[in-house]
Amino acid sequence: MEEAIFEERRDQIHRTGEGPFALACNRDSLAGAVSQRACVFCGSRVVLYPIADALHLVHGPIGCAVYTWDIRGALSSGPQLHRLSFSTDLQEKDVIFGGEKKLKAALLELIARYKPNAAFVYATCIVGIIGDDVGAVCRDVAATTGIPVIPVQSEGFKGNKREGYAAACKAMFRLAGTGDTAGISPVSVNILGDFNLAGEIWIIREYFRRMGVEVVANITGDGRVADIQRCHGAALNVVQCSGSTMELAQMMQERFGTPFLRVSYLGIEDMADSLYAVADHFKDRDPGIVERTQDLVREELANLLPKLKQYRKDLEGKKVAVYVGGAFKAFSLIKAFRHLGMKVVLVGSQTGTKEDYEELAAICDPGTVIVDDSNPLELSKYVKELDVDLFVGGVKERPIAHKLGVGFCDHNHERKEALEGFVGMLNFAKEVHASATSPIWRFVPRREAMAKANATTVARRAAGGEGL
Amino acid sequence: MSDSPYVSTTNACKLCTPLGAALAFRGVEGAIPFLHGSQGCATYMRRYIISHFREPMDIASSALGEKQAVFGGGPNLKKGILNVMSKYGATVVGVASTCLTETIGDDVPRLLAEFRKEFADLPLPEIVSVSTPSYSGTHMEGWHAATAALASQLVREKLPAERRINLLPGFVSPADLRYFKEILADYGVSATVLPDISETMDRPALLDYEKLPAGGTKLADIRAMSAALGTIACGRAEHTAESAGANLERRFGVKNIRVGIPIGIRETDAFFDALEELSGSPMPEKYASERGKLVDAYVDGHKYLAGKRAIVYGEEDMVIAMVAFLAEIGVKPILAATGAKCRNFKQALAEVTADLLPEPPEAREGVDFHDIAEQASELAPDLLVGHSKGYRYAKDMGVPLVRVGFPIHDRFGGQRLLHVGYRGTQALFDLLVNTILERKQEDSAVGYGYL
Ligand code: SF4
Ligand code: SF4
Repeated sequence: MEEAIFEERRDQIHRTGEGPFALACNRDSLAGAVSQRACVFCGSRVVLYPIADALHLVHGPIGCAVYTWDIRGALSSGPQLHRLSFSTDLQEKDVIFGGEKKLKAALLELIARYKPNAAFVYATCIVGIIGDDVGAVCRDVAATTGIPVIPVQSEGFKGNKREGYAAACKAMFRLAGTGDTAGISPVSVNILGDFNLAGEIWIIREYFRRMGVEVVANITGDGRVADIQRCHGAALNVVQCSGSTMELAQMMQERFGTPFLRVSYLGIEDMADSLYAVADHFKDRDPGIVERTQDLVREELANLLPKLKQYRKDLEGKKVAVYVGGAFKAFSLIKAFRHLGMKVVLVGSQTGTKEDYEELAAICDPGTVIVDDSNPLELSKYVKELDVDLFVGGVKERPIAHKLGVGFCDHNHERKEALEGFVGMLNFAKEVHASATSPIWRFVPRREAMAKANATTVARRAAGGEGL
Repeated sequence: MSDSPYVSTTNACKLCTPLGAALAFRGVEGAIPFLHGSQGCATYMRRYIISHFREPMDIASSALGEKQAVFGGGPNLKKGILNVMSKYGATVVGVASTCLTETIGDDVPRLLAEFRKEFADLPLPEIVSVSTPSYSGTHMEGWHAATAALASQLVREKLPAERRINLLPGFVSPADLRYFKEILADYGVSATVLPDISETMDRPALLDYEKLPAGGTKLADIRAMSAALGTIACGRAEHTAESAGANLERRFGVKNIRVGIPIGIRETDAFFDALEELSGSPMPEKYASERGKLVDAYVDGHKYLAGKRAIVYGEEDMVIAMVAFLAEIGVKPILAATGAKCRNFKQALAEVTADLLPEPPEAREGVDFHDIAEQASELAPDLLVGHSKGYRYAKDMGVPLVRVGFPIHDRFGGQRLLHVGYRGTQALFDLLVNTILERKQEDSAVGYGYL
């Protein structure tokens, strides 16, 4: 029956309401299972990539760099250095004799050409194997060029995306605390874990501006090296998406005593709650802030809610599958879909933790399928079985949905629509609505077959046959 | 050696070797591509391929972790193959190595021999393996090496001669492959097109998710390659490894005819000549008519294109073919660039432009987009011809980009783009003329409605 599911993966799938919650996670992907996951390098690249005035040099053979060339939608208001793809493109002789010399020459060449404010050097799988001392080369080049040159230990095979996030945080932590913090307001934050996809961080910054909060550093969307260097001067870290930059927040708390708040900018409650939490944090220092925040939320909602209602009419009762990189995003999505009258029936992530999944199980409706580190066979099985109307995921999930004639909404790093904030909720609703109500679905074989089956039943009933 | 003066690579004009192999394996019926390496490579390649074809692309991986990277990936490789057998029901598994497994020294053929022995009691799929480290080669080496591996490992004996032709089409689009098959059918010959992604990478909407997309070269047709009248191998670039065509010729005496990717009249004529030679049949009227109409279009459109200067870049076979085409329609290819290196790039460009151009275009190998752009600024081109990755440069230069080849992920329908034969050339010719007309219109203050 359940032939789509690998025996070894049975405990990575759970149906809420069926037995006590227990979900295995944070495991190595199963060989041969076509996991949707990437690698450590991928995690680091995601987090650090949006720092726009840094040089991002991928040390390894060409693939790792070429596949990550400008694939993310992280926008910059200034320099665009992050959108280029730099590689040492290791060749056979480098693999045999070591790539350190080539790395050094490449760094010097690129730093001279682009004059970046810092350089990140990503170690990929092969560098871990041939044993290049990336740290030593970085120190050497930093000394010659006078800019921070930071190794990112992101050898792909040393785990999954999560380890990549950690490597990225470690790399950034070497910048934090090195800049001048003079003149920073006592009511100030760093925005962590937002990548400015489609300009989202600009929406959030505008909210903070209206609340009277100074943003010291964007970490990392539209990020700048100098801002990160002085980020320890901020009074608070607001951390979105627990997966990626939580570790940096924790390290900053330990070293600099900077407190942090976990936030989410997706959906109505989460957006409002996040702003209120920040206001609450600063209410002693700035008594007016709570009221300003309330005004902001009220204004935004007055504009948003009537529009949402219109979309909801058509979307009520439709079923959604959510499969995303980090589990944290899934929470907000579940709530956002409730506003649209839609029901999440499958939810999963590539890298959720035990706690993430427990929390997910708690907020999901009974019968929801929860999966960790899934693959096309499982996902397509559930899309059919649960008769999903819409799938939310990334590029690799899109053809799975589309092949089965199911609407799709891109909610990963490659999206070109801003989905955060109140305006993002509206964009999201618009996109979901546009897809879910398109007339094209009636031509899809599965829907045609269902329509036909329905018609037969109706006809049979009309003829007074069985089933009455 | 590379023609780039730089040590570093900025915006590469090539992809890595296993990607080409994975795509080639996808062109065999019932096959699943399997990368022996860590998980990331397979996932990245899937993502990349999906954005062009907008089709599912399941690539299995042995998903090596730290332990396996130290102690060897054998156990994961075996387990992975068992898993794709049981869940995908693959009848062919195409194993491509990666940089990682090549470097840690996994001996894949030996591991597979062990595997076959260990699990001899199971109904085992055909397992084809190919060595594809990206530190020596590009996706095109991967494509050709996988094709050669399919021919050398699956064609095992000389079968009795048949009226059959082998076609090694090179890395062309599904639309191109469908056209190739139509031509072969019109010649009345049986054919093996290897690999054939015409259906597997361009599927209809279906009731169910196909674990293994239908289509692809049938195993029986691969085996029958030894029975063929001959092989037509498209693509003029020569790589060091023995090609599939050369392998079949050496082992089974199947005549191997190398032609370019048939784009443009001269290269397409050569392709049809080869077909005529092997099949003994003349060109069907249908194609003579397509050719005649194409010549007519050349005549009607030549003035719009006369003297236009183009930069062509991308994978080597496609660049050579596009240069051959541009030269014969009066567009001047001023730079032909590729991220790859092959033994005869410059020579092939000289051959296809001989007696059309006073001198062949400048040819550069092993370059990236930084190199290309640097040179382009002095060359003042009128247009760029290549895949999507050149878009930003074209935008900066203020010239149009004519998209051909792979990847095309900033436009819709890359898999339906027809390049080859008289019909494909016609489509490209129309596209080129219209691109020039559109630019003329945009640049004109008057905005002529008749051009
Ligand atoms: S390690 Fe090699 S195979 Fe993997 S992505 Fe990088 S270049 Fe490609
Ligand atoms: S797994 Fe290793 S080689 Fe593959 S993409 Fe990730 S870092 Fe690069």
